[in-house]
Amino acid sequence: MTLTLTHYLVLAALLFCLGVYGAITRKNAIGILMALELVFNAVNLTLVAAGRFRPQSDGVGQLFALFVIAAAAAESVLGLAIILAIYRRRVVVNADEMDLMKN
Amino acid sequence: MADPVVLALIVPLCPLAAFALTWLLARGRPAAGAALSLAAIAVSFVLSAVLLWGQVQAPSGIQADIPWMPAGRIVISMGILLNPLSALMLVIVTGVSLLVQIYSLGYMKGDRGFARFFSYLSLFSFSMLTLVLADNFILLYMAWELVGLCSYLLIGFWYEKPEAARAAKKAFVVTRVGDLGFLVGILVLSLLAGTFDFAGVARFVGAGSVPQGQVTLIVLLLFCGAVGKSGQFPLHVWLPDAMEGPTPVSALIHSATMVAAGVFMVARLYGIFQASADALRVVAGLGAFTAVFAAAIALAQDDIKRILAYSTISQLGYMMLALGVGGYGSGLFHLTTHAAFKTLLFLGAGSVIHAVGTNDIRHMGGLGRRMPVTAVTFGVAVLAIAGIFPLSGFWSKDGILEAVRAGGHPVLYAVALGTVFITAVYMSRLFFLVFSGARRGDAPPHESPPVMTVPLLILAVLAAGLGLLGSPWLGKGIHELLDPAASRPALDIGLLLLSNGLAAAGILLSFVLFGRTTAAHAAPGRRAGTLYSLLANKFYIDELYLLLIRGLFFTVTAAVAWFDRHIVDGTVNLVGGASKRGGALLRRTLVGKVQGYALIVTCGVLAALAILLAGSLGLLGPGLFGPGGTGQ
Repeated sequence: MTLTLTHYLVLAALLFCLGVYGAITRKNAIGILMALELVFNAVNLTLVAAGRFRPQSDGVGQLFALFVIAAAAAESVLGLAIILAIYRRRVVVNADEMDLMKN
Repeated sequence: MADPVVLALIVPLCPLAAFALTWLLARGRPAAGAALSLAAIAVSFVLSAVLLWGQVQAPSGIQADIPWMPAGRIVISMGILLNPLSALMLVIVTGVSLLVQIYSLGYMKGDRGFARFFSYLSLFSFSMLTLVLADNFILLYMAWELVGLCSYLLIGFWYEKPEAARAAKKAFVVTRVGDLGFLVGILVLSLLAGTFDFAGVARFVGAGSVPQGQVTLIVLLLFCGAVGKSGQFPLHVWLPDAMEGPTPVSALIHSATMVAAGVFMVARLYGIFQASADALRVVAGLGAFTAVFAAAIALAQDDIKRILAYSTISQLGYMMLALGVGGYGSGLFHLTTHAAFKTLLFLGAGSVIHAVGTNDIRHMGGLGRRMPVTAVTFGVAVLAIAGIFPLSGFWSKDGILEAVRAGGHPVLYAVALGTVFITAVYMSRLFFLVFSGARRGDAPPHESPPVMTVPLLILAVLAAGLGLLGSPWLGKGIHELLDPAASRPALDIGLLLLSNGLAAAGILLSFVLFGRTTAAHAAPGRRAGTLYSLLANKFYIDELYLLLIRGLFFTVTAAVAWFDRHIVDGTVNLVGGASKRGGALLRRTLVGKVQGYALIVTCGVLAALAILLAGSLGLLGPGLFGPGGTGQ
C-alpha cells in the first residue's frame, strides 16, 4: 500500500480534532497549551504533505511549516509566561477558574 | 414741508432708537436712559402733530410700501398708511406717552429699574406707533404682539412681587385667547383675498364674492383680537389685574393707548366690518353689555386703580358700541377724549398712591385739602367721564348716545343711558371717598412734586377742552376729519338734559352715600347684601374660569399628558428597553471562560464549513452559491 495525500490529510484531521477536543475539555491550562501544540502540528503536517505531493508548489508548504513552528514556539513562551503570571497572582492553573474576563 | 411718508417713518423709529441706545449705552446710568427716551418721544410728538396738521389741511390717505416677502402668488409687503385716523392716533399715543414719561420722572424716582422702565416705555411707543401706521395685516399683527409683550414686561415690571408676575402672565395668556382668533381670521381672510393689504382685502370683501355667512364668521374672528386687547367681556379679566404694574404704565398702556388698540383695529378695518351687518350687531351688543357690566363691578371695588380699570373696560365698551351702530366718528372721538381724561385719572391716582402709600380707598379720605392740585384735576376728570356739559366727555358720550339712538336697538340705547348713571355714581364715589370726608390713614399726605403735577394740569385742560373738537362751535370738527361723508351730530338739547340729568342724579346719590364718610362707616355698601357681594366679587367670573380650567382643561391636559407619558415615551423606552434586554440575554452566554468561547468559535467555524460544503455540492439551490463552490 502506498501512502497517498489522503492518508496524510486524514491523519492531520484526526490530530486537529484531538487537539481541539483537548483544548476545549482540559482543565489544566498547561494541558490546553499542549493540546494547542497538537493543532499546530496537524496544520504543519497538512502543509508539508501538500508540499510534498504537489511539486508545482515548489517547497512553499515546507517553508510555511517552518514559519508555523517558529510562531508556535513564540506562542508557547507567551502562553507559559501568562499562565505563570496568573499562577503567581491567584494560585490557579485550571482554566475554568480563570474568569477575569467576566463582567 | 418734508415728505409726510418720511416723517411718518421717523415717528416710530425714534423711540426704537432710544430703546436700543438705552440698552447699549445707558446701562447703569438712569438719568441718561430717561433723557434719551424723553427726547425721542418729544421728537415723535412734534412730528406727529405736524402730520396731523397736514391731514387737517388736506385729508388724504397716503400709502407707501415695499415688497418684503414674495410667497407664491401672495406678495407680503411692508408699508404705512397715513390717513386722518392714524394721524390722530399718532398724536394721542405720542402725546400721552410724552406726558406719562415726564410724570414718571417723579413717580419712578429712585426705583432700581429706572432706566429699564424708560427703555420699556420706548419699546412700547415704537410698537404702538407701528401698529397705528401699519397698512397690512402682517405688520399689524407683529406690532399687535409687540405691544402685548411690552404690556407683559411692564405689568411685571416689579417682578419680585409675586402678584405682579402672576398678573403679567395672566394678561399675556388671556389676550392670547383673543389673538388666536385674530390670527386665524387674518390668515383665512388674507389667503382668500390673496393679499395682506388692508385696502386690497377691503376691496375683495366689498366685491361680495364671499358668502355672507363666511364674511360674518371671519369678521367675528378678527373681532376676537379686539375683545382680548380691549378687555371686552368675556376676556376682560386680565385688565384689572394688570394694575399691578406701575401707575404710569396703567395710564399709558392700560387705559389710553394699548387697550384702545382693539377699538382702533375695528376702526381701521371698518370697511371689512361693514361688510357684515350681523358682525356689527355683535360688536354693538358686546360693547353695550361690557359697558354696563364693568361699570356695575366698578361700583363695589375698593382699590382705586381697579375702579379705574373697570371704568376703562366700560368706556371701551362704549366705543365698541358706537362703532357697532355705525357711529364711526363718535366712537373715535370718545377714544380721543377718553385718552385725555382716563390718563388724567390714572396719573391723579398715582399721585394719591405716591402720597399715602396704599391703593385702598377705605384708607384714604380727606385728601382734598392736602393735595389741592391733584384733587382739582381729578375732579375735572371725574366730571368729564361722567359726561357733564361742557367738558370733553359730554361731547363724545352724547355723540355715542345719539348714534345709538339713531342706529341701534332701543335696548342698546337704554343700556347706554343706564351706564351714564352708573358711571357718574362710581366715579363720584371714588372722588368722595378719596378726597372728601375724614382722613382714614396714618401717613401724612403731601402734594406731589411739580414734575408730576404739571402733566396733571396739562391733561386737565385737555380733558376739559378737547370736546370743542366735536362741538358745533368749531368750523370743522373731528367727525368730518375722520369720515368726510358723516355729518356732525347737532347739539340736541333734549339729550343734553337727559344725559346730564342722569349724571347729576348719580353724583348726587353718591354724595349722599359717600360725601361725608368717616372712619366708622368707610364702606357703607358692605351692608347691602347679595348684590353687593356679587359686584365686589366681579360676578365670580374669575372663579368660573378657574373652575372651567380645573374641570375641563385639566382633564384634557391630563389625558394628553398620559398619552405622552405612556404612548410616546413608551415607544422610545421600548426601543431602549429591547436593546437592553437583548444585551442582558446575550450576556449570559459570556461566562468569562476561555474554553467556552473556544467551543462557540469551533461550532461557528464548523457551521460555516458545513454551509460552504453544502453550497459547493449544490444542496442549497443554484442561487445561493454558484455551481462549483465559492472559491473558484
